[in-house]
Amino acid sequence: MKKIKIKVNGKFKTVLNNSKLSDLLKNLNIPIKKVAIELNQEIIDKKKSNNIKLKKNDKIEIVHFIGGG
Amino acid sequence: MKNDKLIIAKKKFDSRLIVGTGKYKSMAECAKAIKFSGAEIVTVAVRRVNILNKNKPLLMDFIDPKKITYLPNTAGCFNSKDALRTLRLAREIGGWKLVKLEVLGDKTNLFPDMIETLKTTEFLAKEGFRVMVYCNDDPLMAKRLENSGADAIMPLAAPIGSGLGILNKINIQIIRKQTKLPVIIDAGLGQASDATIAMELGCDGVLVNTAIAKAKKPFEMALAFKNAVIAGRQSYCSGRISKTLMGNPSSPTEGII
Repeated sequence: MKKIKIKVNGKFKTVLNNSKLSDLLKNLNIPIKKVAIELNQEIIDKKKSNNIKLKKNDKIEIVHFIGGG
Repeated sequence: MKNDKLIIAKKKFDSRLIVGTGKYKSMAECAKAIKFSGAEIVTVAVRRVNILNKNKPLLMDFIDPKKITYLPNTAGCFNSKDALRTLRLAREIGGWKLVKLEVLGDKTNLFPDMIETLKTTEFLAKEGFRVMVYCNDDPLMAKRLENSGADAIMPLAAPIGSGLGILNKINIQIIRKQTKLPVIIDAGLGQASDATIAMELGCDGVLVNTAIAKAKKPFEMALAFKNAVIAGRQSYCSGRISKTLMGNPSSPTEGII
């Protein structure tokens, strides 16, 4: 299987071409209910991460709440 | 005072003290300080998940968003675009519509950029957000924010984290007088008495982070702020005496032996 480079939270990551976003989230151990996700600057519906296939140079941002004033 | 509630965006709160969750030594310490403060609303920041450390504890594991109202902020945003992006993401995490908007204009004094703030307030209100807006202590800008759809006006007492206390009491009073919205003093308080003064000026609440988190004893300071806010509110609602230049004896002057 061909491998592609994507960026997750500003860091390069290599994944299999056409692998699903949900697989990546599982692999990173992301608690889906406690985060929000952007794919190429567009917020995605977390429930549909199963239907999203990753492509070369995709930029993913996964954010959550931390302490702040 | 029993029915004296803080009402923001139609939601009622018993506590008039809002606390920030930044700058604590640990999440456990932060959670304990919140308990001492009695706060029902806490501000939180939106940041990247650390993907390299998969087992890092999460804020939500320490502070239950079902029990405490999370108020996502836009700390670190210097323009409208970033602030909108941040709050749209915050909403996506779990439906948060009540948010704190803070668009800064200068990295050293951390004063708000009111032009960007105003613009962003309008966008957010149109998108259905309920916006509590960090702003400077300018009554004209506060009025404009109100007209742009803000749900609460949050003027600074002094620069964020400075601990200088309320620098412009007159402006704060004018802002309080001219608006129907809740006025929450946000930023710059240093000690509990500053919160009392804010409440005595007629403010509806105060937002405190650094003064509690960085105190030598954060739990005790959280409690002190809780009591200070209650005392200030009670004092304000009780109607203070007028000031006079000369003395006025407290004991009767008749029947003196």
